[in-house]
Amino acid sequence: MSPKHRNWERVVSILLLLPSILALGIFVYAFIAWTGYISLAKWDSAAPDFTFVGLRNFEHLFIGDGTDAIRFRYDLRNMVGFTAFFLLSCIIIGFGLAVLLDQRVRGEAVFRSIFLFPMAVSFIVTGVAWRWMLTPGEANDPVGVNIIFTQLGLKNLQSTWFTDPTIAYLSPDSGVGAILNSIGLGFLTTKDFGYPLAITSLVIAAMWQLSGYTMALYLAGLRSVPDELREAARMDGASEVQVYRHIILPLLQPVTLSVVIILGHISLKIFDLVVSMTGPGPGFATDVPAYNMWKTTFDATLFSQGAAIGLVLLVLVAILIIPYLRYSIRAEAQV
Amino acid sequence: MTTATPRAPARHFHPLRIALYAVLVLAALFYLTPIYVLLITGFKSSTEAQNIFNMWVPPDVISFRAFQTAWFGAADTVGLQQGFWNSVQLVVPATLISSMIGSVNGYILAKWKFRGADLLFPLILFGMFIPYQSILIPLVQTYRIFEQFTGIKLFSTILGLIVVHCIYGIPITTLIFRNYYASIPTEMIEASRIDGANIFTIYRYILFPLSVPAFVVVLIWQFTSIWNDFLFGISLANDPRVYPITLSLNNIAGSFHVPWNIQMAAALLTAVPPLLVYIFLGRYFMRGLMAGSLKG
Repeated sequence: MSPKHRNWERVVSILLLLPSILALGIFVYAFIAWTGYISLAKWDSAAPDFTFVGLRNFEHLFIGDGTDAIRFRYDLRNMVGFTAFFLLSCIIIGFGLAVLLDQRVRGEAVFRSIFLFPMAVSFIVTGVAWRWMLTPGEANDPVGVNIIFTQLGLKNLQSTWFTDPTIAYLSPDSGVGAILNSIGLGFLTTKDFGYPLAITSLVIAAMWQLSGYTMALYLAGLRSVPDELREAARMDGASEVQVYRHIILPLLQPVTLSVVIILGHISLKIFDLVVSMTGPGPGFATDVPAYNMWKTTFDATLFSQGAAIGLVLLVLVAILIIPYLRYSIRAEAQV
Repeated sequence: MTTATPRAPARHFHPLRIALYAVLVLAALFYLTPIYVLLITGFKSSTEAQNIFNMWVPPDVISFRAFQTAWFGAADTVGLQQGFWNSVQLVVPATLISSMIGSVNGYILAKWKFRGADLLFPLILFGMFIPYQSILIPLVQTYRIFEQFTGIKLFSTILGLIVVHCIYGIPITTLIFRNYYASIPTEMIEASRIDGANIFTIYRYILFPLSVPAFVVVLIWQFTSIWNDFLFGISLANDPRVYPITLSLNNIAGSFHVPWNIQMAAALLTAVPPLLVYIFLGRYFMRGLMAGSLKG
């Protein structure tokens, strides 16, 4: 239609889009720039103070052994641990359930709705419910799921859940640790690169909420694989496992990419669940950048420091999202 | 992405199929467990709920007391009631307005492509992925400054919350409508242009009447995300009189003196509206989720 536009309609079309462009220009792009400006200032009390201090707020986060730096290192460690286990569990469970549901199952719609409904509720509701279920109690007076483990005779599965201060890390005395030490990577054998066991509670709750969504994405992907393709492979003597391994899995790669991007950006930004379920946890074991930013800014009124954390978080999300946006737009243009 | 169409179920039962159903049933139990716990705990009396070692056991006597307290509040507990109505007042206009904005944007971007539109679209989409922590401080400041200049109070008001949800809802609503309108044949529009239709009449008489499915998807999507929002609420609502429901729930659950049965009842009440939408309009809910993965 484009070459035939009358000129006034061309102007009108742009005018109609203009309010949204302006709104996003201000509320997204100008605000990000403004946050950048604040992150370079000295605003560290309720009253705004725009005295320029350079990169000092970032130095506080990344350099040295001040409380801010230690906490932020833990935040990044927790974010990585949470993201890794959350993505892995959602992909394995989501893909597994999708394959099972793809086997001409009776009552498929019912199963699908049950797996997917957690997606509809707020993270706050999820957090409240799971905090109650994962309340540990005492070893001999267990509460929550620990009661179930005891009754099933699985007492060693009992855990102190989100109250567990333990950080699992590679010991420098272990074989791998010694090798890392000898090649100058000894820093990897510190608690800064460990996994806080308390994070597992957050992983379980988030996985409960979003693995069904992952299942739905994979199921839609499986259903878009033409039956003829499966049939052809079977005719050639491929076993059911081989059909999945060689035909279906490669075709599902774009779905996995979508899952990683969508769940990945949710996981980097995780905030509500932490607020309602664990807070910062013992020794900041469940603290994450999004939570730290909020506390630092609005509770401690360290606005510039909070702005710096917000920007670091934005960069992390952008590293994940921008290549994906480019890829999707390009893929769309080819259609 | 295509919507899932189930294939005909197999007829005979093989031991492997029994195992398959066993796994599916176990998985279903896992997903339903939190709902079970919310229900049985919510229906317990305070005395029964105090025995936390019995937390998995259903109540001996069903009591509605916890729901009553969770809703109306008690001497030392603020009930959900106010938060519920605040959320309704916030969600209804925000959902309608942001869907309308998305529809117009989607129409222009799908059918009136101008030079630079391809560059503009990803810039619009980026807005739905950003962590809001990177814009919160300027947002609060802007609301304060806006009030100084215009006298219109946006900070800590329902109006202010409606405005943020409309603005940050632009990317997702525009995306869903754009993808939907792109699937409507351009020939149809060409034909009506020969009959003298213009940019407004094409939208009004051709595309808008065809938009019902897209509106349902967007309305549901926006309703659930705005109802479930917490970050904007906690950052912009500074007064219990404007707290959205998720904040009320968090306050009930976050204070140590509130008994478990009331916390669970409150969590359940907060979850009811989106769950009802999910139960009755699940099919459309799914389509919104799929649109969230960018491909329409």
